[in-house]
Amino acid sequence: MSTNQSEIRYLTPPTVEVKKKKYCRFKKNRIKYVDYKDPEFLKKFLNEQGKILPRRLTGTSLKFQRKVATAIKRSRHLAFLPYVTDMLK
Amino acid sequence: MSGLKKFLLLRPDLLKQINKTNSMLNRYETVFIVTPVLSDTQMKEAVLKFKHVITEEGGKVVHEEDWGLRKLAYPIQKKSTGFYYLIEFESEGKAIEKLELEYRRDERVIRFLTMKMDKYSVTYAEKKRSQKKAEKKVED
Repeated sequence: MSTNQSEIRYLTPPTVEVKKKKYCRFKKNRIKYVDYKDPEFLKKFLNEQGKILPRRLTGTSLKFQRKVATAIKRSRHLAFLPYVTDMLK
Repeated sequence: MSGLKKFLLLRPDLLKQINKTNSMLNRYETVFIVTPVLSDTQMKEAVLKFKHVITEEGGKVVHEEDWGLRKLAYPIQKKSTGFYYLIEFESEGKAIEKLELEYRRDERVIRFLTMKMDKYSVTYAEKKRSQKKAEKKVED
């Protein structure tokens, strides 16, 4: 049995994806406060249309995702960030 | 009452604590945008007015920042720029209502935001200020 298995040859060697573990950048860098007056930083959590990116893409922890969301909303209110746009980046 | 007074005379630390809780001072941060049609002196006049509102209500201005004329991310009242001004102050919570009422009444103010600062934002703001000071010193 074992000899049989080893004889299997692939035309293209299967690529083994090494999953990079996502991490919360706030916890890693020990950032305690998300500033709403820093639009350049908050842009990292937006897509091209100016929508807030989900946690599953950015890897932010729940605690800081909430803080990021309020910071972005404050930033939008003060016209540091647009509510709707195209080609933000 | 007299018994309590006597007791408090013996414990000045407790008295201090009571006084502290009676006058609950919170730290707030307020940013407002003034219309760009004003001249510089008119703009300063508006800022002075709001600072006066804060101090009149028993507040104390801790820090202020003038960001000058900035571009808005989207037009507000058909204007694409505005004067930004930030004031950090300590006051009682009821002063906020008065301040925001004044903002709403004033036609010069096109946007405003008042935020209660928690301990993290206070340390963040203080750190930022000290960094700026250090940078200035290096430049000098």
